[in-house]
Amino acid sequence: MHELSIAYSLVQLAVETAEQNHLKKVEALRLKLGVFSGVVKEALEFSFDIATEGTIIEGARLIIDEIPLKIYCPQCEKEYVLKKPVPVKCPKCSIGTDQILEGKEIELYELVGG
Amino acid sequence: MSQAIEQPRIVKIRENVLKKNDILARELRKRFQEKQVYVVNIVSSPGSGKTTLLTEVLARLSQKFNVAALVGDLATENDAHRLEQSGAKVKQITTGTVCHLEAQMIEDSIKNWDLNQLDFLFIENVGNLVCPSSYDLGENLRVVLFSTTEGEDKPEKYPTIVNSADIAILTKIDLLEAVDFNKESFYQSIYQSRPNMKVFEVSAKKDMGIDQWIDFLIEEKMKAFKKMEV
Repeated sequence: MHELSIAYSLVQLAVETAEQNHLKKVEALRLKLGVFSGVVKEALEFSFDIATEGTIIEGARLIIDEIPLKIYCPQCEKEYVLKKPVPVKCPKCSIGTDQILEGKEIELYELVGG
Repeated sequence: MSQAIEQPRIVKIRENVLKKNDILARELRKRFQEKQVYVVNIVSSPGSGKTTLLTEVLARLSQKFNVAALVGDLATENDAHRLEQSGAKVKQITTGTVCHLEAQMIEDSIKNWDLNQLDFLFIENVGNLVCPSSYDLGENLRVVLFSTTEGEDKPEKYPTIVNSADIAILTKIDLLEAVDFNKESFYQSIYQSRPNMKVFEVSAKKDMGIDQWIDFLIEEKMKAFKKMEV
């Protein structure tokens, strides 16, 4: 389980950003989590509370937006969002592709300050 | 006098949580590229044969090249001792409770190394099919190992690591029949997560497929640094 390490990195990034923006308190953090990020949502939520202890973001809510896999199909020359992460194939022409556009991110994209 | 109600402030960030690791990995990759060190990151579950295969590969490659290995393990140094038998330079990274290697650990380990004296660096990650997938170590090639004894559906259970890898190796191929391994469904299970993935089939114990794997590594190294040899 590496979610605790990820949670500490997340908290560190959030604290730095909050300080740079002179936020006295942080109500919520919004995180984009790709289905192929290798991170388990529930484990991260659990770890988050531990990692925030004693920091200025203690008590903040972690809002996780799960990002599905978005691929580019070289055959159709189009982008598709896959309903399920596997198989990594074009839903139209069933061709497999290595071109993943979204779905691997662990991205902090918003802080809601008080 | 009504007090001004403070609106919640929203700060847009858009930053990768593992940014620090990614930046460091990028720096490492640049350094390796400049010194023409080809770096291979090997991931698998415990017991799938990383160390056995690597011992063999190190022994053969070191006849012509300068090779080294970093080996990650939670607690012991047993793997490093086994790898040292190959004659290659080996360094253990004991991670304690950490279930994966991070770019910082690689940087710390090679701090005093002369990279000019190195052609190949193999990084044996901690035996784990989940956590190492999120951490870039600055490698050229990420290899995921599966053994015939683990069953053919293992890749399907860990799609993220398969997708994050460049190459797969099926180890203990000599035990194929003994464990009634269905190769066709194994390949299907790989292609689910990583279509068209190149797969090598090897047995380190019975010397099967090792030379093909080594030839591939040498070829990839040449390709990786071709542009620089003008």
